[in-house]
Amino acid sequence: MIDIRNVGRSYGAFRALDDVSLSIKEGEFFSLLGPSGCGKTTLLRMIGGLDTPTSGSIFLDGQSMDGIPANRRPTNMVFQSYAIFPHLNVEQNVAYGLKRLRLGAEEEKRRVEEALSMVSLSGLGRRGANELSGGQRQRVALARALVMRPKVLLLDEPLSALDKKLREQMQVELRRLQQAVGITFVLVTHDQYEALAMSDRIAVMFGGGIAQVAAPKEIYQRPVNRQVADFLGGMNFVKAEVVDETGVSIVVDTEGFGRVTTERPQGLVRKGLHATVGIRPERLRVLWDGATAQHEVAGTVIERHYFGEITHLVVDVPGMEKPLSVTETNDFGADDLPIGATIRLAYDPDALVAMAD
Amino acid sequence: MTAAVEGSQAIRQARTGAKPLLQSEAAQGFALVSPTFLFALVLLVLPILVVLAHSFWTQNYLTIDRTFTFEQYRIALTEPIFRDLLLRSLLISFAVSVATVVLAYPVAYFISFHGGDRKNLWLFLITIPFWTSYLLRVMSWKVILGYNGVLNSGLLALGIIDEPSTAFLYNSSAVVITLTHAWAAFAILPIYVSLQKVDRTLIEAAADLGDGPVRRFLRVTLPLSMPGVISALLIVMIPTVGDYVTPKLVGGKYGVMIATAIQAQFGKAANWPLGAALSVSTMLVVSAMAAASVLLLRLAVRWAR
Repeated sequence: MIDIRNVGRSYGAFRALDDVSLSIKEGEFFSLLGPSGCGKTTLLRMIGGLDTPTSGSIFLDGQSMDGIPANRRPTNMVFQSYAIFPHLNVEQNVAYGLKRLRLGAEEEKRRVEEALSMVSLSGLGRRGANELSGGQRQRVALARALVMRPKVLLLDEPLSALDKKLREQMQVELRRLQQAVGITFVLVTHDQYEALAMSDRIAVMFGGGIAQVAAPKEIYQRPVNRQVADFLGGMNFVKAEVVDETGVSIVVDTEGFGRVTTERPQGLVRKGLHATVGIRPERLRVLWDGATAQHEVAGTVIERHYFGEITHLVVDVPGMEKPLSVTETNDFGADDLPIGATIRLAYDPDALVAMAD
Repeated sequence: MTAAVEGSQAIRQARTGAKPLLQSEAAQGFALVSPTFLFALVLLVLPILVVLAHSFWTQNYLTIDRTFTFEQYRIALTEPIFRDLLLRSLLISFAVSVATVVLAYPVAYFISFHGGDRKNLWLFLITIPFWTSYLLRVMSWKVILGYNGVLNSGLLALGIIDEPSTAFLYNSSAVVITLTHAWAAFAILPIYVSLQKVDRTLIEAAADLGDGPVRRFLRVTLPLSMPGVISALLIVMIPTVGDYVTPKLVGGKYGVMIATAIQAQFGKAANWPLGAALSVSTMLVVSAMAAASVLLLRLAVRWAR
């Protein structure tokens, strides 16, 4: 559907994008995730034709988009600022792109209403652009793009201007909408939860390049390197040494977790070299009272942070260079654990992921 | 608890009760604008009131008959000479303001959209002609348009004409050309400001929704810069109707405008009431024309959507 081949973009001496190749499938909800300045928005704008690659090409449906301006591409964009035309009302905003198609008043009206009802804005057609709330503006921008029936809908941080509650609600709605219309969505975001919650696949970008492309679960559970692991949420990193290797797996000696066999990571891993092993804070579970587990480590609570439904514990484990972060639900009283208490933590060796150093 | 409440009430009472006059916000505001306000009152409102009063009186040789009458307005609006002069003044000022805005828009557009880091330099360059006196600028147009002027010698040298033409100077088009040049900067600046305020993302959004460059301009940039166009139009139209110096210097017999006639009534003809009636009529007609132009522009923009 979308084929990005060796695309690069320089601004003078600064390389915003460096030789990026990526394939996005038809009907997919695809996210470009990364910190600001990683080139994700530049890439999105290039797909839409609002920016031009300095090298490489973008193909839509097998057709090269070289030299084709934004107004002749089968893509539509929801801008970060929403870019609602201030001199037009809701209806006129949504109908903006349809006017040129000369559908006739009836058909145009029908499609505008359909688009407005799709984003639950029916009846607000006569509202002026300046009488809308942030969430409504966002919906108008969405309707205005969807009404064009694009092959690809591009979304540039569409939820970043909304408050947390509305954002979470819109995540669900966007996902539902995408499944209903079946259009390929490409979303740019710096919010890992947003990307994880909505996407079929995610490309994690850093410094103008793509670090990993995979499904949300894979990205979260099997990050290819520390940078990706860190960006996707909390992760405990533990030093390890590779003691054995096969084609698909490696055996590492770790600080604290002993000897474990893990999936072979990307990058240089060889017997005798150092590696890093990571485990997510929520994959460490506090063992209460006399409970035991097959795999456990013991340590001392040195910090406790309360977050309502969960508590973050920082646990110092003898033999480990850095203390472990643990996320525990509060149903057993993790929020009451005194500082200095000795606790045991259970873990599943499968939750340990090795990364090349 | 009660003591605290009582205390705060006492403070509030003291505040509202014994508030010195100058501490109220309104009083402070009046104090701030009062110098300007007095200045405007003495030099603008009072003269206008004097003119307005005169326009309802009659000149009786050396004295003024103060009985209320519309006679002066009848003369001002029906005498062919005054009617023609007023009409010509309106036409010239309309032509000037349209020409100025049409010529100023591309300049403002260029600076706003393609000025890059040099926007301020461009704006500075535009103000350079204003470093010289207005009279000098008008005189320089005389040099350009005159019988032995730059334009004639240029055309002669190119062989386009055989003898110098008198068609350039001392007519209404000379007045239009000179005024258009003189008011250019006053039109460029407001248009530039309103173009600067146009969110560039909106133009991208228009492109994304399928509009080519021309449609983007007509449907987004132009409507959103309309406030600048309208103020430019008004800034040029209103003062040029009553312009006195330019027609006097480059207008000749066919470029005379209403201001010359008004000046004559207050001066040589010594008929203040008629001069006043002419002034007031001009003011009203200009306001009507300005309002009509604004309305028409707004309608045109709405239609262009």
